Amino acid sequence: MKVKLFAQIREVTGTESLEMAVPDDATIEGVRQALMAKGPQWQEALSANVLCACNQTLCDGTMVVSEQDEVAFFPPVTGG
Amino acid sequence: MFARVSEADFSQQALYDELCEHNQASQSGAVVTFTGRVRDYNAGGAIDGIELEYYPGMTESALQQLLEQATARFKLTNSGIVHRVGRLPNQAQIVWVGTCAAHRQDAFSGASYIMDMLKQSVPIWKKEWAGGTSTWVAAKGTDSEAAMRWLTDDKDD
Repeated sequence: MKVKLFAQIREVTGTESLEMAVPDDATIEGVRQALMAKGPQWQEALSANVLCACNQTLCDGTMVVSEQDEVAFFPPVTGG
Repeated sequence: MFARVSEADFSQQALYDELCEHNQASQSGAVVTFTGRVRDYNAGGAIDGIELEYYPGMTESALQQLLEQATARFKLTNSGIVHRVGRLPNQAQIVWVGTCAAHRQDAFSGASYIMDMLKQSVPIWKKEWAGGTSTWVAAKGTDSEAAMRWLTDDKDD
């Protein structure tokens, strides 16, 4: 699956996007936990108030995702 | 209806003309436009401009969805939004919203709704520059409250 990171989360992890394998029935929350296990920066970046999207639509952590999906994590938005 | 993300600056007159050339819009009695600009200060003092990041693809569709929601809710006859991204100096134009409706109240409310919901639901992130360092702007409680006002109204309908 493709994972995209934005704003503080992108900066703190030093990662704009990555590919990762996910098990069947993986949830967005499961993906977030797997990323947080990558190291202290990941833990810091993804443990705060984080929004998520699946295939460019906002969703919550219970959403089930598959290999073909594009998942994104980002902080609360501040446009305008 | 148009929803755009752009690094380039925009002309308010050109956008107004584009908004009004639509036939249904040309018959509307009210046009409201709003332009947001970069303030030269924040709570901590003077700043040297801002930088905006977005999610290519999702940001454009979120803006488009917002216009569709506003159109249905306020009977808008046309609407448009342009949001700039990248590094912007103080006083630069950031965002433009235009709404057309038969009567002014719907045009005003539609523009206000679009701006309030934009600040809550469209993936754009702002950082402020000051003295060579940058700080991400935290989401504001007052922005959440402004959006919640419209969402609470939904429940009352």
